[in-house]
Amino acid sequence: MGDETTRAAIEAIWRLESTRLIAALVRIVRDVALAEDVAQDAVVAALAQWPGSGIPDNPGAWLMTTAKRRAIDVFRARARHDQAAARLAHELSETVDDDPGAGIDHVEDDVLRLMFICCHPALTEEAQTTLTLKLVAGLTTREIARAYLAPEATVAQRVSRAKRTLAEAGAAIEEPSGPERAERLETVLGVVYLLFNEGYSATEGEDWMRPALCDEAVRLGRILTALVPDDPEVLGLAALLELQSSRLAARADAHGEPVLLDAQDRRRWDASRIRRGLDALTRAGALVADAGPDAEPGPYLLQASIAAEHARAASVDDTDWGRIAALYEQLGRRTGSAVAELNRAVALGRARGPEAGLALLEQLADLPALRDYHLVPSVRGDLYEQLGRGEDAAAEFERAAAMTSNASERALLERRARAAREPRGDRGVSS
Amino acid sequence: MRFMCMVKMDETNPQGDPPPELYEAMAEYDREGRVNGTLIDSQGLLPSAAGAIVSLADGKVKATDGPFAEAKELVGGYAVVEVHSREEAVELGRRLMQIHVDHWPGWEGSVEIRQIAEY
Repeated sequence: MGDETTRAAIEAIWRLESTRLIAALVRIVRDVALAEDVAQDAVVAALAQWPGSGIPDNPGAWLMTTAKRRAIDVFRARARHDQAAARLAHELSETVDDDPGAGIDHVEDDVLRLMFICCHPALTEEAQTTLTLKLVAGLTTREIARAYLAPEATVAQRVSRAKRTLAEAGAAIEEPSGPERAERLETVLGVVYLLFNEGYSATEGEDWMRPALCDEAVRLGRILTALVPDDPEVLGLAALLELQSSRLAARADAHGEPVLLDAQDRRRWDASRIRRGLDALTRAGALVADAGPDAEPGPYLLQASIAAEHARAASVDDTDWGRIAALYEQLGRRTGSAVAELNRAVALGRARGPEAGLALLEQLADLPALRDYHLVPSVRGDLYEQLGRGEDAAAEFERAAAMTSNASERALLERRARAAREPRGDRGVSS
Repeated sequence: MRFMCMVKMDETNPQGDPPPELYEAMAEYDREGRVNGTLIDSQGLLPSAAGAIVSLADGKVKATDGPFAEAKELVGGYAVVEVHSREEAVELGRRLMQIHVDHWPGWEGSVEIRQIAEY
């Protein structure tokens, strides 16, 4: 095998192994930064040795053993000043050669613990998402920088600051349980959801979507269902991400410009993701039903149910908008989310006509959470357009265009404003 | 990107039936694939005696029940994986072969790794 081929193989192995490797090392060395360092050292050793020796039969175990030996060296060097390090060095050296597979047999617990650590409450939301991408999704600093359109140095700084915060908080030592565990799991789900949304409709920059970020979020959702298989919200989130991401390819045209739901070619929706999404949704629904008559679906499960209505429908007209409006109503009640209410206005407009949508929209428009939200005038424009009020619609689309920070979305809204001014009949349904 | 990894083998099993350890190792492989989020689907296939071939030749469509006459290179199972690169798919395929090296002495076969088209 040539050096370049081996290098590419090592990179692939790292992608497949880094999460459980770092997760197991965090359990063993109880320090996130050290765990990542010794895992990196193991990769450096692989890069030096494997081109000559060939790739070992069990490369994951090789990396684990090498990283553990490195950790022993670090602890031994610290042992003179630090009794805890001396004890860890001793414990580790007892076990390192027993069984090359040892240490990666608690993989589900380890990876979940790592996710909990990355979503520690001492971290900012930005630090949580960055660390999750780095340590759980296994992205490099450069890849994260590209995903967030941030300079690499900024991301690197964010990561090291986050690791310091974790060390100060003793995050790698604690094991959250009971209500604290439930709360932490909720944060993890929130971080994965946030990652997905940033990829699905980027708030800043030129591109409307960043599919790579969506794909990582989908993968994290899948991982979570393997770690916590019996939680309806975990399954609900996984279902939601599978279903939403099934539309990724159809949501942009050949030039990367947005294509809205009405205009999407549904044959391009990813049937495999829809199937997985509907399957996870069914399992989540069954768990809620099993939990008794008072159990109610949570916010992710409700959103997944809405996404499923679209996935099942052959066209916009074929969609059960009445049920979608009811689901948004439930979601708004459950979460107090103003955006859920805004979406309910859209669904009501479809189910009962634009006047019904506008009536609800006017009740919402002054809510603080929606006052600066560009989708409010965008939805209003859409409803005016359905009523044939082209001039009013155009004004609303222009207002929305001035409010968004995403270039593609601004261009789309400006196009819609121009189209709304044209005589009716010259344009297709484009909402 | 998604790949389909098809394990191909001589279904007459000249080296005997698969030992139970092989199934355990395959279960562990699936578990790893779920925890790292790469495994979409995996299934083992029954011998071709349970299947059939429908073919089109000389303008005629014809169905023939199994077992298939050519038994040497038949798909015995498959895994669909979603990964970042072809190298990752190859590594996952290599692991499938390593499982056979470790748990089914004498077995020979291959994994055909094909990228699934996405539009």
